[in-house]
Amino acid sequence: MIPVDYYIILSAVLFTIGALGVLIRRNPLIIFMSIELMLNAGNLAFVAFGRSYEIAGGEPFYTGQIFVFFVIAVAAAEVAVGLALIVEIFKTKKNINIDEMNSLKG
Amino acid sequence: MYLSETISSGFFFLAPWLVFAPLTGLLINLIFSKPFKFSENMVGTVASLASGAAFVVSVLLAYSVSINHGEVVRWRLAEWIHIGTLNLDWTFRMDSLSTTMMLVVSGVGTLIHIYAIGYMHEDVRFKHDEGRFNRFFIFLNLFIAAMMILVSGDSYMMLFVGWEGVGLCSFLLIGFWYEMDTLGRPSWANSNAAKKAFIVNRVGDFGFLIAGFLMFWHLGSFQFDEVFKAAPAVAESAPWVIVAITLFMLIGVAGKSAQIPLYIWLPDAMAGPTPVSALIHAATMVTAGVYLVTRSASIYTLVPQAQYIVAMVGAVTALFAATIAVGQYDIKKVLAYSTISQLGFMVAAVGMGAYTAGMFHLITHAFFKALLFLSAGSVILGMERGHHHAAHAHAARDEKPKGKHALSKVEGKKEVKNHGHEEHGDEVFDPGDMRNMGGLRKTMPVTFWLYMIGTLALAGIAPFAGFWSKDEILLDANLHFTSIYWILSAAAFLTAFYMGRQIWMVFFGRPRHEAAAHAEESPKVMTVPLMVLAALSVLGGALNLPFEGFHNLGHWLGYTLGEVESLPLDLKVAGISTVLALAAIFISWLIYGRNPLKAGQPDPLKKPLGFIFTGMENKWFVDEAYFAVIINPFKKTSQFLADVIDWRFWHDFVHDTVILGTYNWLSEVALNQYADQKGIDAFANWLGAATQSVSAALRKVQNGFVRSYALSVMLGVVLILGYLIFK
Repeated sequence: MIPVDYYIILSAVLFTIGALGVLIRRNPLIIFMSIELMLNAGNLAFVAFGRSYEIAGGEPFYTGQIFVFFVIAVAAAEVAVGLALIVEIFKTKKNINIDEMNSLKG
Repeated sequence: MYLSETISSGFFFLAPWLVFAPLTGLLINLIFSKPFKFSENMVGTVASLASGAAFVVSVLLAYSVSINHGEVVRWRLAEWIHIGTLNLDWTFRMDSLSTTMMLVVSGVGTLIHIYAIGYMHEDVRFKHDEGRFNRFFIFLNLFIAAMMILVSGDSYMMLFVGWEGVGLCSFLLIGFWYEMDTLGRPSWANSNAAKKAFIVNRVGDFGFLIAGFLMFWHLGSFQFDEVFKAAPAVAESAPWVIVAITLFMLIGVAGKSAQIPLYIWLPDAMAGPTPVSALIHAATMVTAGVYLVTRSASIYTLVPQAQYIVAMVGAVTALFAATIAVGQYDIKKVLAYSTISQLGFMVAAVGMGAYTAGMFHLITHAFFKALLFLSAGSVILGMERGHHHAAHAHAARDEKPKGKHALSKVEGKKEVKNHGHEEHGDEVFDPGDMRNMGGLRKTMPVTFWLYMIGTLALAGIAPFAGFWSKDEILLDANLHFTSIYWILSAAAFLTAFYMGRQIWMVFFGRPRHEAAAHAEESPKVMTVPLMVLAALSVLGGALNLPFEGFHNLGHWLGYTLGEVESLPLDLKVAGISTVLALAAIFISWLIYGRNPLKAGQPDPLKKPLGFIFTGMENKWFVDEAYFAVIINPFKKTSQFLADVIDWRFWHDFVHDTVILGTYNWLSEVALNQYADQKGIDAFANWLGAATQSVSAALRKVQNGFVRSYALSVMLGVVLILGYLIFK
């Protein structure tokens, strides 16, 4: 079998890439993609750990996999809302460069 | 009530009516005269009846004392003060001495009340204030009540209550016309005279009180019997106490009975209406001092050195005042100084231990001095009447040339009424100035004869009353105190001289002013009481003739004072005094009677006596000396204390500058500027500024960049995870 560590490492790397993408990229669509990447990294971690319990315990364990469904649903909802927001922002500002979104500064 | 068991008869229970009868009269006049619109006669009658009732009670009390052979009866009316060992009650003391005083006061007082009805009727019209009539009789009754308290008191403090009361009434009555001077002009003069009397009396009262305090402290009581019982023991152990008591009482006597140095109020007191001068300042109030010394006889006999001082004060006063009387021009001032002089005789007499002689002279002096004063009042009113008649005659003369437009009767009368005091009153007319009088025996004959009787009595011509009483004093002086005898004889000589001068100036010669020419006699309501007094002045000597079997007063007073030696008539002394008096009258005739004064002529004694006469005229500048030595320095000191010490120092400096300034500095500078502004404000402001700067710094975190917010979130997550992993 592939040791669970490899999946975790992969998850971490994916998460990091996603986090960097959120922090560095200017286009909100790319940021959303990075967010998706983070979420999916998390999903991978969930499944990997769930499968490792199943292997270790012997009995079927589906909690990890079920959780992935929730995460996917949340991600989908969040993207819907976020995309709607981006559309609205574009309608007013004609520009979706997040460096330009600083009206809430104190 | 302390009634001796042996006394079953007598009218002693009437004693409180001595005081309450005049008080009732006072209250009736005070409360009912205005609402019930009493007439003047009604008010005067009520007052005279009240005084007369007091006289009737006095007669009954004297009778009761006599049928009990002079035994002292004390009748307590009310408790007053009981604190510790101090026990003072309002107790009436009826013995021969107090009943004598009661009789004199109420008797002469009632006659003066009746006289005053007529006198004040005219006086309030001359002074243009008819509404003030009632006030006079209210005050007069108050005086009788107070004087009764004085003479019937059983302790020195009750005596003092009356003493103060008569002082108050003196003030009220001298200042009766308080807004004017004697000539009717608006002035402070009368109220100043009243103030002077009250204040000088107060100095005397101070002496009396010190004596009283010493008495209570060392002898344990104020009550007469207890004091007299305790005195001899103290005189043995600590004689200075008795000497001090007697000498401080002498100060009180000097104040009330107008001796040196406190006589100065009495001449000024002539500012009051003449009945006041007669009653208070001749017959009764001023004799309170003599009564006090006589009452304290048993104390005075313990200290002969104090007695000698009393006698000397009296004698010197007698001579001093007599010299001043010679140079006076006002008819009442002559009589005022004469009163001071005669009081000097009385005080000298009681100082020498001749208590009977002193009291005898007190009684006869009350008669003839009241007679003289009231007659002088009659003269003064006669002059006022004459002045008005003369003024009307002028007006009638002046109006005649207007002829054609004859004024209607009403108009004419109005003009006549108003004129007198504007046109003819330009020169202010003094009705009492003897230089305006003259020849009054033709226009006022009744007054003339009454005045003559009074003068002869005062001068000491036998057989008038004054001769017997004055002679007894001179006799006692001759026997025991030769120096005093010479002084008193000189005073007697001057007495006869200035009275003679007065008679010649007032009644003889030709009138020196039109007022005297038009003078009118006084009505019967005034002259009849005077006739009674004149009769008493003639017959009063019978009270104590120096013949065996006639020493009535001596025997009577002996019940209270102990047996006094009754001196037989010494022809030598009597002869010398009569010769002196007649010689004085003759010399006064030579100077004033033979060539009567003309209007505007200066006094004939002025040139020969020069500065001596100026001294006599100006009362030896005693008042000026008092002003220079006492009053002006006192005023300056009080002004200094008020202006400099109180205002400039205490108020301006200490209060305003020091206290207020310090307070202001503290609150403004110290607290406001330093503590408040620089301290607390600065701290509070720093807090605010610090918060602002911190918040300004912190605000920069909100830069609106989503990426920086995301970075913060990321960092936070990393930190928490790191903490959880490496915990």
